[in-house]
Amino acid sequence: MASEGSSTTASNGALNSAIPPGPLPEKWTSYKAKAKLINPANKRKFSVLVVGSGLAGGAAAATLSELGYQVKCFCYQDSPRRAHSIAAQGGINGAKNYQNDGDSVWRLFYDTIKGGDFRSREANVHRLAEISVQIIDQCVAQGVPFAREYGGALANRSFGGAQVSRTFYARGQTGQQLLLGCYQALEKEISKGGVKMYTRTEMLDLVVVDGHAKGIVVRDLATGEITSHAADAVILATGGYGNVFFLSTNAMGCNVTAALRANKRGAYMANPCFTQIHPTCIPVSGDYQSKLTLMSESLRNDGRIWVPKSKEDAAKIRSGEWTAKDIPEEARDYFLERKYPSFGNLAPRDISSRSAKEVCDEGRGVAKTGLGVYLDFSDSINRLGLETIKERYGNLFQMYEKISGEDPYELGMKIYPAVHYTMGGLWVDYNLMSNIPGLHVLGEANFSDHGANRLGASALMQGLADGYFVIPATLPNYLAGQKPGSVTTSAPEFKQVEAEVKARIQQLMSVKGTKSVDSFHRELGMLVWDECGMSRTREGLLEALEKIPKIREAFWKDVIVPGSADGTNMELEKAWRVADFIDFAEIMCHDALDREESCGGHFREEFQFTAEDEDVKNGYTNAGEAMRRDDEFCYVAAWEFKGPGVPPVLHKEPLEYEAVELSVRSYK
Amino acid sequence: MNLTLKVWRQSSPNATGRIETYEARDIPSEASFLEMLDIVNTGIIEAGNDPIHFDHDCREGICGSCSLAINGVPHSKESGITTCQVHMRKFREGDTIWIEPFRARAFPVIKDLMVDRSAFDRIIAAGGYIDVRTGSAPEANAIAIGKEDADDAFDAATCIGCGACVAACKNASAMLFVGAKASHLNTLPQGHAEKDRRVLAMVRQMDTEGFGNCTNQYECEAVCPKEISADVIAKLNRDYAAASVREVVE
Repeated sequence: MASEGSSTTASNGALNSAIPPGPLPEKWTSYKAKAKLINPANKRKFSVLVVGSGLAGGAAAATLSELGYQVKCFCYQDSPRRAHSIAAQGGINGAKNYQNDGDSVWRLFYDTIKGGDFRSREANVHRLAEISVQIIDQCVAQGVPFAREYGGALANRSFGGAQVSRTFYARGQTGQQLLLGCYQALEKEISKGGVKMYTRTEMLDLVVVDGHAKGIVVRDLATGEITSHAADAVILATGGYGNVFFLSTNAMGCNVTAALRANKRGAYMANPCFTQIHPTCIPVSGDYQSKLTLMSESLRNDGRIWVPKSKEDAAKIRSGEWTAKDIPEEARDYFLERKYPSFGNLAPRDISSRSAKEVCDEGRGVAKTGLGVYLDFSDSINRLGLETIKERYGNLFQMYEKISGEDPYELGMKIYPAVHYTMGGLWVDYNLMSNIPGLHVLGEANFSDHGANRLGASALMQGLADGYFVIPATLPNYLAGQKPGSVTTSAPEFKQVEAEVKARIQQLMSVKGTKSVDSFHRELGMLVWDECGMSRTREGLLEALEKIPKIREAFWKDVIVPGSADGTNMELEKAWRVADFIDFAEIMCHDALDREESCGGHFREEFQFTAEDEDVKNGYTNAGEAMRRDDEFCYVAAWEFKGPGVPPVLHKEPLEYEAVELSVRSYK
Repeated sequence: MNLTLKVWRQSSPNATGRIETYEARDIPSEASFLEMLDIVNTGIIEAGNDPIHFDHDCREGICGSCSLAINGVPHSKESGITTCQVHMRKFREGDTIWIEPFRARAFPVIKDLMVDRSAFDRIIAAGGYIDVRTGSAPEANAIAIGKEDADDAFDAATCIGCGACVAACKNASAMLFVGAKASHLNTLPQGHAEKDRRVLAMVRQMDTEGFGNCTNQYECEAVCPKEISADVIAKLNRDYAAASVREVVE
């Protein structure tokens, strides 16, 4: 055990990643050629539950229904069209090489592995890069209105962490357009009777029968009714856990409940400490704030990030005495361009975020709170003209102006990193099946493809790859060994879980304390942001692990949930989710404590390059950069739940690199 | 800042609703409108009472969940934004603000300011899609689509399905919503094959759901947070007329 502070014990419980044999570029092709099939007459006898209706869930539900399975799909929103995939702005990667700039499946694969700081599985990532090409075809056929050139061909742009232009986009609303394509496919299947849709319905627990995931217990958020659903397989596509930090760019309702409940029922939670802090968000302005707003990373193509060289100049901006215009060119520090000359403002997200934190910690921040840097467009406006910038980013500039009340064309934007995406999630094998047979996990909810840091425009790609192309090919592998309809909701396990769910709701309703759910959520969020956010230390994590149980205790003693559980009750919904976030935060901190290295979004202050290191002396990297420790930590950390308040148990899946060589990630 | 709120409260779909008055105290002018409601709700909750329920999720103007009429105007009198993008700096100290749900027969109230907009999903299910099986798509660049057509399709496709158009219309017509989807899909070559079936089915579903007719007042266009042009209604009428004729002839 690497860390004495965490009382977890590594076990030798083998995790079988089920990676197919053969050379990397042929694995997926040969897997599909040999995969089990279910004949069409039998497919309709199998039922599948899909929880979540974003890109991964919506795509899976629609496609499995097209194939003939009986699908039930669940979402907490009032319509599947509102899942938070809709808010993705920038774009989706596809290795089409339409720009003839040297892109290929291999290069997308390599960029993703390197971008993820060598903590993802080669086979999964290569499959993702292969499928990226089909996704673009599929979306165009559905009528997704991607940006086009005057000649009618699809347009591309470059995105953070890549030196080729492989990102397809629909102005700053790519996620919306992809989700609507997916939603329309889903509604088509609903109208044909293949999918039964349950909106305003939240999964509160997983039902495991004889070791297999066979159903879920849900609450109807409009009526309060608790019901069970049984099926031959369960698919979770329930998104990430960014809202554990209270403030994030996630939608208000995004939560970790489905994944955490699965974890408590035996599914392993993998790499939960890998969280992505996105560099370009609108800074926090006050403690009333409910969420943070992302400004698309695409802005970094034409914007230059800087702070004043001197603390005194920065102080004058913070006090409102000066604006950006008062700082002459020679007094500005374009810190990303300075530190990473070959990637400049397009350096990957983790590196850009950490650099912004560094300059603000030095006292050179420009937002009122001290936590903000400039994203400046004056050079691009001079070079390309105001109209071009408006055409490219008009809606983003408008959004910024609405929120901040400042004109970004004139004054530039002030931005600061914020929690955006979570690379960690439930552990899955190559089939996207968790260690509970029958439980499959797609999209952001699984841990699989992004390692320790996700590259821009890769989340949409992964969600759709999992939903449209991977799960339809891998699910039969599981179902072929099952007798359709063998478990129904009359099984005692359903009654048991239903009773537990009802008891927990009763418990939440009956605390009748004095503090709102939000106040606990905010307290938890600030704690994990401080101790398990952009940089982590052993001391801080130990402190967080001491404080979280106290928050839990206070919550269950003093939370107030007014109203009744029989009907719409938004405080009850939040209370259930926050109770789960508290439990989840502990697992996240255990993981961060165990991982005694810095990689991607996980930066442990104890593990960074110093001026004495060879790689710094020879100019390959800078002092202060993250130091990975491949000899000890080149593994997926999969955590087994052991009971409330009991430290989780670590299982390791060693990561083996055959096709790429592990190297220090340099963007200089 | 300090404000007086007049808020529609209705405990369940069949209960009688009423306007209740709340005082909003010490609201920061940087807060968003929904954050102002959060602050008021915290006070209500800590007094042990049921908070004001409203739909909201992304809070950045794209999911289409939020659905309040502020001082009688769906979303607010500011153009091109959703309720969640309204900021308190647009109000003055001492203002009285009226907050009601989006009202339409086809959008029954669930609780307080939350309404049931599932009729929109059923309209999309009736024909608001291109029927292409996953895996059967041709190479993406096989069909060239002129930039202008692509941009037109995109402009119509930006609809967030919030229902403000319906709430603003004196007839509670859904023509802007239906027109936007029909215009998006019918403008693209991929959508041509199903064009007639699509408009006939969507318009029939719209009528079945109890939405009213369009009488060209353009209130819908005025409140649309994505500023979708009422031209999509004209296009829908044209496509519908042509489809109806072909349906009879064939």
